[in-house]
Amino acid sequence: MQHSTGYIIRFAVGICLVASLFVAGSAVGLKDRQDANKLLDLQKKVLTVSGLMTAEDGLSDEEISALYASTIRPKAIDLKTGELAPEVDPASFDQRKASNDEAMSFPAPDNVSKIRRLPNNALVFDVVEEGELKALILPIEGYGLWGTLYGFLALEPDARTVVGITFYEHGETPGLGGEVDNPRWKALWPGRLAFNERGNVAISVKKGTAGSVEADPYQVDGLSGATITSRGVTNLLRFWLGDNGFGPYLTSYRSSAGV
Amino acid sequence: MADVSPREALIDPLFNNNPIALQVLGICSALAVTTKMETAFVMSLAVIAVTTLSNVVVSVLRNHIPGSIRIIVQLTIIASLVIITDQVLKAFVYDIAQQLSVFVGLIITNCIVMGRAEAFAMQNTPKLAAIDGFANGVGYSIVLLAVAFFRELLGSGSLFGITILTPVNQGGWYVPNGLMLLAPAAFFLIGCFIWAVRAWKPEQIEEELHVGALLELSNEGHLR
Repeated sequence: MQHSTGYIIRFAVGICLVASLFVAGSAVGLKDRQDANKLLDLQKKVLTVSGLMTAEDGLSDEEISALYASTIRPKAIDLKTGELAPEVDPASFDQRKASNDEAMSFPAPDNVSKIRRLPNNALVFDVVEEGELKALILPIEGYGLWGTLYGFLALEPDARTVVGITFYEHGETPGLGGEVDNPRWKALWPGRLAFNERGNVAISVKKGTAGSVEADPYQVDGLSGATITSRGVTNLLRFWLGDNGFGPYLTSYRSSAGV
Repeated sequence: MADVSPREALIDPLFNNNPIALQVLGICSALAVTTKMETAFVMSLAVIAVTTLSNVVVSVLRNHIPGSIRIIVQLTIIASLVIITDQVLKAFVYDIAQQLSVFVGLIITNCIVMGRAEAFAMQNTPKLAAIDGFANGVGYSIVLLAVAFFRELLGSGSLFGITILTPVNQGGWYVPNGLMLLAPAAFFLIGCFIWAVRAWKPEQIEEELHVGALLELSNEGHLR
């Protein structure tokens, strides 16, 4: 069947318009639900990394929100000084958006984690149960093999011992680097030490198998078949626990908590 | 192809002309999303929805689509359907959508969808095209679920997340086969599946042909 050029162009434009209508319609129409899911998902991630909740608990969405509200205290801090930033509302602050906003961020110093900009303020969380501080949660991100991994690291109140780690967004190879979100690998982290005796960042993901928590406190098993993702995790932890990341915050926390 | 009966359109893609087992299409997602039944199941539903709807839309428009731009038009339709599917999954089954990650988006590149749009929907009525799209989606799903069944059962000792064989690290007796969680296991299982189907239907065994020729033959119906 022969068609005129005019018809072909009209057809192409028409089909694009109709298709874009459907795509835009579904994206806009479902946005509220997706945002609610995202928020709930963040709450789940924070609760999981702090060890307050495991997937087996089977909590309902309302219970998760309630548990989050009663135990997690989000705090906005000034990344450079490590002090609280009272002018920023932690409930509405979006650290990832801020990192991409020139007015709310600054260029990151050279780093192997390919972090280009750092936000002026960062969102950290305190886990408080019955008035007692149980854990500090820090957001972490950095380059793996294919893209940036986003996650959380939870430290005990000594600001040294790992409570847990989780990556909630990454584009690593499923089955290989993608195993960063495997619960069995994450279970290797609690009890390891992020800092050595002298207060330097010491934790790393080694190639191969690390010993028990007592024998080998500064190392974690590498992900087999994912050397570069494993190295990426080491790099991003070194960055965020170091002076350019949460170093100032942890220092000021240590001096105020006396640990 | 125009004289296909609805019954043939429905039954053929399941085993006689299975898109994965015979045509060996759509392998990449079959490797990636089959470590768990749950993800394989949701992926199956997504692919069935996309193949069915894209076949219907292409078939409805088949007499109006200019031949010179038909491939890009099919692609536009498929891509839109895939994006909508992705949005729906993110809104209703967020956790699983996270696990499927890029593979929902990659349905666009799944040769089964485009293959059926070009080879079948362009020549047949919407009703037949719907049946064909559905059946090809189901044919894909059968393989996906069969592979996921063995991978999850042998790799994690569970099905749909429910523990069947208690693994050693949870205090049970079953030593999970780690290989099953890695991509190569899906290759072995799909190989076994193809072997089983061909042992059952020996007419599917081709003579020594290169891959392209196999595709041509199957599209011309010689391998039925």
